[in-house]
Amino acid sequence: MSSGSQNGMQGRLDQLASTLEERFSDLSCQVERSCGEVTLVVPTDKLIEVANTLHDDDEFGFNELIDVCGVDYADYGSSEWQTDGAPNTGFGRGVAEQAGDELEQNRRFAAVYHLLSISNNTRLRLRVFVDTDQPIVASVVPVWAAANWFEREAFDLYGILFDGHPDLRRILTDYGFIGHPFRKDFPLIGQVEMRYDETQARVIYEPVSIDPRTLVPRVTREDNRYLNEDDTTQDAADA
Amino acid sequence: MPEIRNYTLNFGPQHPAAHGVLRLVLEMDGEVIERADPHIGLLHRATEKLAESKPYNQSIPYMDRLDYVSMMCNEHGYVAAIEKLLGVEVPVRAQYIRTMFDEITRILNHLMWLGTHALDVGAMTVFLYAFREREDLMDCYEAVSGARMHAAYYRPGGVYRDLPEKMPQYQASQWVTGRDVASRNETRQGSLLDFIEDFVNRFPGLVDEYETLLTDNRIWKQRTVGIGVVSPERALQLGFTGPMLRGSGIAWDLRKKQSYAAYDKVDFDIPVGQNGDCYDRYLVRISELRESTRIIKQCIDWLRANPGPVMLDDHKIAAPSRDEMKDDMEGLIHHFKLFTEGYCPPEGEVYAAVEAPKGEFGCYIVSDGANKPYRLKIRAPGFSHLAAMDEMVNGHMLADVVAVIGTMDVVFGEIDR
Repeated sequence: MSSGSQNGMQGRLDQLASTLEERFSDLSCQVERSCGEVTLVVPTDKLIEVANTLHDDDEFGFNELIDVCGVDYADYGSSEWQTDGAPNTGFGRGVAEQAGDELEQNRRFAAVYHLLSISNNTRLRLRVFVDTDQPIVASVVPVWAAANWFEREAFDLYGILFDGHPDLRRILTDYGFIGHPFRKDFPLIGQVEMRYDETQARVIYEPVSIDPRTLVPRVTREDNRYLNEDDTTQDAADA
Repeated sequence: MPEIRNYTLNFGPQHPAAHGVLRLVLEMDGEVIERADPHIGLLHRATEKLAESKPYNQSIPYMDRLDYVSMMCNEHGYVAAIEKLLGVEVPVRAQYIRTMFDEITRILNHLMWLGTHALDVGAMTVFLYAFREREDLMDCYEAVSGARMHAAYYRPGGVYRDLPEKMPQYQASQWVTGRDVASRNETRQGSLLDFIEDFVNRFPGLVDEYETLLTDNRIWKQRTVGIGVVSPERALQLGFTGPMLRGSGIAWDLRKKQSYAAYDKVDFDIPVGQNGDCYDRYLVRISELRESTRIIKQCIDWLRANPGPVMLDDHKIAAPSRDEMKDDMEGLIHHFKLFTEGYCPPEGEVYAAVEAPKGEFGCYIVSDGANKPYRLKIRAPGFSHLAAMDEMVNGHMLADVVAVIGTMDVVFGEIDR
């Protein structure tokens, strides 16, 4: 990637971030910058208002919705091995089933939107946290028609409900599927298996007969290369 | 008076024109479509959930199996996201190799699309021609990675290995002997680059051949002109990308606008349509075939003149060479850690997109600092295209549904994921 186009892109994103800060800070939205991308965290009830402005205002011109997806933050930051102090004490290599920590009421599920502005050549990510027990957020289908299937997918896989969606049905899972498979508490191998039963002469569902197992444990290493990253980006911004 | 009711027709999931496992429930008034309801998910493998349970590098082969006719472009989207997360820059030679193989992949994909689209609409011959050329390109895949389709050739930090100096050759067998073997091996005497160069020199003539079969063909035009028209405003509203967007007259191409790999160092044009119908999208893709050959030629020249490393020299991310692993303690430790545990990128979230043959293929990765992605979301171009099915076929005849499925270039590996 040439540095010229990179700088141009970064300049546009800096511009975008400051404009967002200016326009949406009174709606209690937060602007985040990381890895050369801009994220706007929007309160659940302000989504439609913000989306309409981003779509209609020429200053933003986000006329294309690239993607909508759900995220489940239930296990965020947990690792299956505890390796702190391992050089002195050693550590167990077995992996036990663990329950995720209790998160705050509205910090478990999020809907993430990726927007693209063709006219300004910028990208923006919106993140909306939704309530854990009643994950409802307004549908953006009236703003971007492309959201239709993406929201159906987020509903199917995470159980996030999109209020005002014209046709909120399951999309990827089987007809009659139960549960939301991409949630962190849904096992990777699923809950039911199916087979053809000769005596009943039909396909039947049974609880899965195999145990889940971990091949490579999930582990977080303290990496010195990334420890001072905040400081260095701060320095770069100052320079 | 008898009651007149609409007719509901079930199309697929096992239908040769459904391009895989598309099930369409069509509500029809006579032969005119009133409503189309695509049912997808019959090929859903939960790639994203599987990726959450594996170290980053072990998911690369899954990417090949998403859009299984443009394999390396999917890998490119995934490794680009990881590289962005790690904040590493890929060696220049690897960037050129990626550019060249992205374009080879684009030709592979467009040939598949051209053949099957024409076959659906009733032209048999193009299919046979297109598959003849695909064979040569898959040999390029094979020469470089050992696999004809699911290559797993791109890795975070570069590509798996440098281009080979020798092309694999045909052996004589019970069925193919003497002169036939010699003629098949004629273009395979030199290196892989020689073979690709020979191909790109031949290929524009072959595209002319396809065009003589279709471009002015009366039946082809009757079946595609004015079918599935999408205005530029609707194309944006519906989230179209790639040739579907350019067919409607919007000159948007990530290779130019948000350049990656070596695309800003090669010269090419973005073909754009005018009317947004199936015929214009056909013309756009045909022109892209020609543009791809131009890009590949420039890459060949550069790659010939500039040897160098193709993989990052950072053994926290890229595995050390076999020799290093055998001779050096440090190399052995790096090798062991990489293959048992992988690497831990910093905490954060990234979205990286590439211009895949079908449109924008993007990967959104949320990392919490562990050796596996916390969340991977794959943005497949075909998903939003297929979502517009209802709008595109509304008011058309049943036979036009097949033309519209063809023009969308749907592949269920990426739509169902």
